[in-house]
Amino acid sequence: MRTLAQLAPGERGRVVRMDGDADAVRRLNDLGLIRGTTVEVIRVAPLGDPLEVRLRGFMLTLRRAEAEHIELE
Amino acid sequence: MEQAAAGTISAPAAPSPADGARGGGLLHVALVGNPNTGKSTLFNALTGMRQRVGNYSGVTVERVEGRYRDDAGPVTVIDLPGTYSLSASSPDEEIALAVLTGRAEGLPRPDVVVVVADAANLERNLFLASQVLELGLPTVVALNQVDAAQAAGIHVDPVELTLELGAPVVATVATRGEGLDVLRRAVRQAPSLPLAERQFSLPGEAARVLRPVEERLAAAGFHPSAAGMEALRLLAVTHIGRHLAHVDGLGDAVAAARAEVEAAGLEPRSLEAESRYGWIGDVVERTVRRSGTGARTFTDRVDAVLLHRVAGPLVFLALMALVFQSIFTWSEPLIGWVEGLFGALGAAVAGALPQGDLNSLVVDGVIAGVGSVLVFLPQITILFLFLGILEDTGYMARAAFIMDRFMRSVGLHGRSFIPLLSGYACAVPGVMSTRTIESPKDRLATIMVLPLMSCSARIPIYALLIGTFIPSVVVGGIFNLQGITLLAMYLLGTLTALGVAAIFKKTLLRGRARPMIMELPPYRLPRPRGLALSVSHRASLFLKKAGTIILALSILLWALATYPKTDPAPGMTDEQAQEAQLAGSALGRLGHVVEPAVAPLGYDWKIGVGILSSFAAREVFVSTMGTIYGVGAEADEGSATLREKLRAETHRGSGALVYTPLVAVGLMVFYVFAMMCMSTLAVVVRETGGGWTGVRWAAFQFGYMLALAYGSALLVYQGGRLLGWG
Repeated sequence: MRTLAQLAPGERGRVVRMDGDADAVRRLNDLGLIRGTTVEVIRVAPLGDPLEVRLRGFMLTLRRAEAEHIELE
Repeated sequence: MEQAAAGTISAPAAPSPADGARGGGLLHVALVGNPNTGKSTLFNALTGMRQRVGNYSGVTVERVEGRYRDDAGPVTVIDLPGTYSLSASSPDEEIALAVLTGRAEGLPRPDVVVVVADAANLERNLFLASQVLELGLPTVVALNQVDAAQAAGIHVDPVELTLELGAPVVATVATRGEGLDVLRRAVRQAPSLPLAERQFSLPGEAARVLRPVEERLAAAGFHPSAAGMEALRLLAVTHIGRHLAHVDGLGDAVAAARAEVEAAGLEPRSLEAESRYGWIGDVVERTVRRSGTGARTFTDRVDAVLLHRVAGPLVFLALMALVFQSIFTWSEPLIGWVEGLFGALGAAVAGALPQGDLNSLVVDGVIAGVGSVLVFLPQITILFLFLGILEDTGYMARAAFIMDRFMRSVGLHGRSFIPLLSGYACAVPGVMSTRTIESPKDRLATIMVLPLMSCSARIPIYALLIGTFIPSVVVGGIFNLQGITLLAMYLLGTLTALGVAAIFKKTLLRGRARPMIMELPPYRLPRPRGLALSVSHRASLFLKKAGTIILALSILLWALATYPKTDPAPGMTDEQAQEAQLAGSALGRLGHVVEPAVAPLGYDWKIGVGILSSFAAREVFVSTMGTIYGVGAEADEGSATLREKLRAETHRGSGALVYTPLVAVGLMVFYVFAMMCMSTLAVVVRETGGGWTGVRWAAFQFGYMLALAYGSALLVYQGGRLLGWG
């Protein structure tokens, strides 16, 4: 199973499972990152973290620490 | 009529039946929406310049209110902080929810809510909108930025959307004032329309197990629809929120419901998001038509450069250098102008009033005190102008994106970088700009270390001491020792700020690492009117709150330097008389009192007086030295007489020179660390919660910085002497 943190820029996947920090998950949920959402990694910040991703037509940043808990198919 | 409910915690939240029947009169409207939806622009367009900015009681969340008038009567509008949901997990969100449920202190429950939704981002915006629609309040949806959405090939049908949501939807372009009249009419009519209800159903089990929670909320006075929204929301949150603290047994009921949802094979934490987004997906399907070609947008192309691995950080550094440089160079003439104005005013009043204590109080206490406050205005204005432009264009989020990894190494958030950088110009606007940091602990840690960044008020001290005591010799072929010393002072402050922040985040302000989940909004042109308003809000906030404290302290310092009086001996020049007066005053005596404490640092009582008086502001040290050494209070860091007198000063008794280069370096190190600035203290009190909480934080900050200053200066002086440099 791949996680969002393992995607290279330009790659995308569909979320099948999210866990980790409850607050972070809830915040991502509120923004529309839920099971079934398609996410694409756009780029990685110059210092290697955080990531920029696209979902539902907008751009979002999150750290690898959160992305590692988002499993994709 | 809702006024009576303000601030009372147990007031029923349900609107009275009279609401629907009311045709005119005063209407309270709340504006709510995601960040970057043009909500504030819409607010400005609706209310014009008739706005009032303050704080919600007990929290440092800005409260912006305005008003307008329609045919039927006056309308007050409150612009709630931008929020993505009503999860109440940040102070901003908690306030938004408290206002909407009628539980914000001193505010009536709104009669009408306007949800501002970005037409180009309807899916995400409908999440908040659908939560608000369930609160049991008349609601109007302003579908904003329809022009930008159309340009991107996104066409939303407002009529279809009205039918789907069960609440009126008005298309607007706030930047051009389009749709405002229709919106105003819809707001006036909203109370007479039937209330919207939840438009989707929960999985059977979930609906049943949530009922006990809903009943508790309904029993506590919640509108049935609002109780349903709160119950669903509570499944996902870690704390229930202050506005529900009074509902009996709510925590237990929620925990029980959560367990039952789980037992039914559902995920309680994501139940709300999955149900709402499931419904939203269908709504968007039916109301949005896309004609886009999927071409790269303007924002994509700009970000390819601004967030590029190599170019991104370089552009960022160049921008920061530009901002930083402008604060220094542009504010310089303005500061000079303010100082000149108050100097002239002081001189005019001094001439007009009869000689005596009243004259001195007005001129040296009040006018000089007010001047010392106003002198910060140019820097505050320029910094907030730049910060406003960076925020409006959408670059601020990119700056946090670029700097997050670096700031995290000291336990802070990407958002802490720009406030810290602002500290190089002046800690006052820097502390005020920490409001963009979401996590209260990160924000406190940033405020606590911010005054360690060498601000521009230290420059006169550095300039005087370096110019007087550090030889201008070339080292290493190209570097001047004076320049290196100055650079060392800046580095010392910066590295200490980062180190202390790391320590605070590991001890006093320890907490879970806060996630950095942030939207990177599309780039936009800044709105000059909105910018002007927000800059003037900041300036007036500073003047009102900090101004009063600073004025009081200025008068206190004046009194200490004026009493008791020393009559000049015959034949004394004015300057000698001034010197004798200061030496005999309470401040001068205090200098003698603190002399034993500062003696281990190599200082005499005169430096003690300088340090005490510089509590007003660091640069006062230089003018106090001017008074003490009888070259007049107008002395500045470039004054040749002052420099000569300092170089020649000897200790009583031993005859040894007071100011050796070692003492000078120690004194500079002292000023790198010491929080000698009452304006900053006043702003810290305000921004760390105000009242006693704020006073305690400010006192703690003053104390730790003074200890750091004293310890370091002691180390420099005594260590240097041991090494034989003194």
